[in-house]
Amino acid sequence: MATPTLDKTDKAEAGFADSPYITATFRIRRFNPEVSDEAQWQDFEILIDPKERVLDALHKIKWELDGTLTFRRSCAHGICGSDAMRINGKNRLACKTLIKDINPEKPITIEAIKGLTVLKDLVVDMDPFFQAYRDVMPFLITKGNEPTRERLQSPEDRERFDDTTKCILCAACTSSCPVFWNDGQYFGPAAIVNAHRFIFDSRDEGGEQRLEILNDRDGVWRCRTTFNCTDACPRGIEVTKAIQEVKRALITRRF
Amino acid sequence: MSTETPTSAIGDVEGVSLYDVDHPAPVIEPPRKRTGKTPKGSRTNFEMYAWLFMRLSGIVLVVLVIGHLLIQLVLDGGVSKIGFAFVAGRWASPFWQVWDLAMLWLAMLHGANGLRTVINDYAERDNTRFWLKMLLYTATVFTVLLGTLVIFTFDPNIR
Repeated sequence: MATPTLDKTDKAEAGFADSPYITATFRIRRFNPEVSDEAQWQDFEILIDPKERVLDALHKIKWELDGTLTFRRSCAHGICGSDAMRINGKNRLACKTLIKDINPEKPITIEAIKGLTVLKDLVVDMDPFFQAYRDVMPFLITKGNEPTRERLQSPEDRERFDDTTKCILCAACTSSCPVFWNDGQYFGPAAIVNAHRFIFDSRDEGGEQRLEILNDRDGVWRCRTTFNCTDACPRGIEVTKAIQEVKRALITRRF
Repeated sequence: MSTETPTSAIGDVEGVSLYDVDHPAPVIEPPRKRTGKTPKGSRTNFEMYAWLFMRLSGIVLVVLVIGHLLIQLVLDGGVSKIGFAFVAGRWASPFWQVWDLAMLWLAMLHGANGLRTVINDYAERDNTRFWLKMLLYTATVFTVLLGTLVIFTFDPNIR
């Protein structure tokens, strides 16, 4: 058990050519309302293996340098969607971003996702985001009696909405959308993706209600197809395509 | 510190922050954030028709405007030929009257709807939104009506 630790310190101190460690600067947007009303950038220089993730760097900073650094993370493996943040100007999950992939030679900027109230450092108020999610009714709606067996579906019908089932509600897409930045009343990509997941589900019968909601002033017609959401999605969901499919469904069902 | 400046009075005084655990600084809220009280939809298809109109009028306008620019600025001697007589000659034909009328209406409505979305996107306060849109609609209606009036009542023998 002691061997890896010993090995690690040896390499770090000796600084051999084959050492995996590099010095990287993390420039983090700090905000603490109990200290100041203004956010500011703070640089942390740490020795780290570039094959590690940005989340590991944040852990290292929090555990070894500055315990007041505040950020969300739960599973740390790209499933819970807690640690979406703006890394080098792009929304990503800190737990899925390797340091070597974002050029550690320059300072790596990390800030909270945009368009939501920053509560402290990298933690934002997610309530408006989840309110939009609730408003599209992201649950199965059916009529009639409950069946005695499971609701069956053909593989083709399942395939129709497969892409949008991958959403982990990390808010990377919604907080990358320029329309959402300027007007929080817009449902945002994540809510539309989750509506899409049920609108195109053959077992669901509430599609018309959801389409009605998204046909509104703050619904899909506010999308400007800038593709920021598709670029930001850590799950690789074609978000803009999903929004376009909802638009098409609205037009074809209205005419 | 020798002199007291007004800035030091509102900033940190001798390194003591104005904010602490019991008096946190105000957080910056995003514009028009969604809450449980956000009004439900108006249940009309207006936004869909507006969106469709932008696409369809855009396609038609490409033909109309490029044709217009070619005729006015490139073909047959270019811009130097344009004068009262040239306009009068063109508007003598119903075809060019309809062309110009369609261009006027489509371009004005297309532009007005585009600006409407820009105002919706960027104006944060409801009052600002309302008055900007009123200004926009007034200007649009005025221009469309005036243009239409001129196309239909144009008198080539005016003195």
